[in-house]
Amino acid sequence: MRSKDIHPAAILFVLLLILPGVAFGQNNRNVDINGFLMGNFSGRTTGQRPNGDESSDFLLAEERLRLDANAWSESIEASARVKADFVHDAITNEFDIDIREAYIDYTTGDFDFRLGRQIATWGVGDLLFINDVFPKNWVAFLSGMPLEYLKIGMDGFRTRYSSNIVNAELFVIPFFEPDNLPTPDRFFLFDAFAQVPARDEEKPAATYGNTELALRLYRKISDIDVSIYAYRGFWRTPSMRPDNFVSPTLVTAFYPALSVYGMSAQESALGGVLSFEAGYYDSRDDEDGDDPEIPNSQARFLVGYQRQLWQDASLGVQYYAEIMEDYSAYRNSSPAGFPVQKEYQDVVTFRIDKLLEHQTWKLSMMCFYSPADNDYLLQPQVSYKFSDNLAATLGANVFGGQRDWTSFGQFEKDDNVYLSVRYDF
Amino acid sequence: MRTKTYFVAILGFVLCSFAFAQEAPSPDKPPGKEPETQSSSGAPLSAKAIIERSQRAFYYAADDMKASIKMELVDKDGGTRTRVMTMLRLDESEGGNQKYFIYFHEPGDVRRMVFMVWKYPEKEDDRWLFIPAVDLIRRIAADDKRSSFVGSDFTYEDVSGRDVSADSHTLLREEKTAGHDCFVVQSTSKTAAEYTKRVSWIEKKTFLPIREEYFDAQEQLFRVFTADRIESITVGEGGNKTGWPTVTKRTMKNIKTGHRTEVVLNSVTYNLELKDDDFSERRMRRPPSSWIR
Repeated sequence: MRSKDIHPAAILFVLLLILPGVAFGQNNRNVDINGFLMGNFSGRTTGQRPNGDESSDFLLAEERLRLDANAWSESIEASARVKADFVHDAITNEFDIDIREAYIDYTTGDFDFRLGRQIATWGVGDLLFINDVFPKNWVAFLSGMPLEYLKIGMDGFRTRYSSNIVNAELFVIPFFEPDNLPTPDRFFLFDAFAQVPARDEEKPAATYGNTELALRLYRKISDIDVSIYAYRGFWRTPSMRPDNFVSPTLVTAFYPALSVYGMSAQESALGGVLSFEAGYYDSRDDEDGDDPEIPNSQARFLVGYQRQLWQDASLGVQYYAEIMEDYSAYRNSSPAGFPVQKEYQDVVTFRIDKLLEHQTWKLSMMCFYSPADNDYLLQPQVSYKFSDNLAATLGANVFGGQRDWTSFGQFEKDDNVYLSVRYDF
Repeated sequence: MRTKTYFVAILGFVLCSFAFAQEAPSPDKPPGKEPETQSSSGAPLSAKAIIERSQRAFYYAADDMKASIKMELVDKDGGTRTRVMTMLRLDESEGGNQKYFIYFHEPGDVRRMVFMVWKYPEKEDDRWLFIPAVDLIRRIAADDKRSSFVGSDFTYEDVSGRDVSADSHTLLREEKTAGHDCFVVQSTSKTAAEYTKRVSWIEKKTFLPIREEYFDAQEQLFRVFTADRIESITVGEGGNKTGWPTVTKRTMKNIKTGHRTEVVLNSVTYNLELKDDDFSERRMRRPPSSWIR
């Protein structure tokens, strides 16, 4: 849905169409429109600039107008919503329309239906995902955009069934949406084929057979929120296929088949909230684990604990691990000269949040550390609400690690400080 | 492929437990509940009984409730922030378990958020927050009863009530305040609390708190609650009409900082016949339009 070359006049045209609606909406009982204007700026602090067309000290510089329009029926439980951002990228001086969500809701009996572009989040991890197989924008996350931008909408159909025995949620997604990953234009990052300029991408075609299915069954069992999950679709992070490993001239990004089966549980315990989640990633295109281009199957789990420390202060800790299957097959098939992953990868997170002055100030610190990779990401953040409308957030992303190809270590030269200012209307 | 087998086994087990898990039946509610008034036998009430009755009058009126709430946070210089929400409450048993559902309309950064509490007087509450921007429901830690509710001068405990047995209560005197005949009860906290001592003026007729003074560890007054408007909300029709006295305007003022919070309840409705299912993940994600419009 992100289209890069939109003429400014097109945006003006859309705005002119919408603005009378805004005025009209305020007088109509069945429509409301609101939104915000936001500026997001993130500057690299390492004094280095990646080469390329977008070479700049900035990882991010943009202004964003959010319009969120809702209409609903008085006689039946039905509603429609469009949540769109009109974005000006100051680095490239390009305009863009980011349709965050656009859907129609209808409720009847025990069923809730949603058709259209929508955002979904599953699982119990704090910024660690196992059964949340939905698309994510890692560029937004690594350059300090507000957290809601970590999630990307997907175009599909959702059915939810609610009852006392079991609740169920089924997503049918015919249109594949990959994760948005950092590119060498704006990030220093690890690329095993950095010397190969020719690139191609093969996304799963929008065929009936490629339609992604994601199912969650959930209910409360005694005092525990329990969910089980099943997903059939594709890895959202691309795999790389060189035309040959010895002297590649073309590298193709593709998205191998994936199924995920998992469960999660969350309950109030030990004076806080205890979370557990696990999942099995079945890499269907590499069942034997001997294809070096495709990730092996793996098991993932996490445990988390969150509690109140004192008034308006909270603490969260998590331990997350990935265990690769058929590790010896992976080792034996890895081409020489390429980094070798460990069989057991883990991450520890630590979060502390503190609210001050009637919650107008929020201080927070999120730390990721991987014992297996010996790398880290630190995310300190300060937010202040000037009023109910105006808020500002100042923060940083600090990366480090022993090796330049690990998850966080590869971004060592991308340490950044960001500022985000938002005015709600 | 061994891991896969384990997973399938675990999932199968969880799936089975879904089928066998039974919801505990909710206790029957006494039909046709009426507001309690002063002890009819004429026997003097103990301080604890007064506080218990007061909690029931203030937090447990009728069987369920829906209200629009406007909360104004006013700092010492007069700067104002506003929170607008819809609150629904269901009592499972009188003085016992309750469920709360709070939907935020304003300000913009919390619009459509829903906060749900299953309150248990005997143990820690269950709390969930729905974050609409990412369509996520997460459980939140409930050990922070003293923390501020949405930045206001009210704590979580002020919003849903404090366990009566967490304090020891003494009847100090009976006196008239702001035109109401009141019991004056002192409550001293036995467990960790935001205050060490609370003095409450409780109206004899309705058992509603008219004024509360909170004292800190240095025995200094730091917070004052006042009931600024009491209305009788009518329930039922014809001969079955009952009026529930309700504090529809209240203020909590922090004496030390000069910050205060004024709360106005509009369109209070009792006995809507809310159901247990209304306080669910489903309703958090998609509240019926009759609740929120």
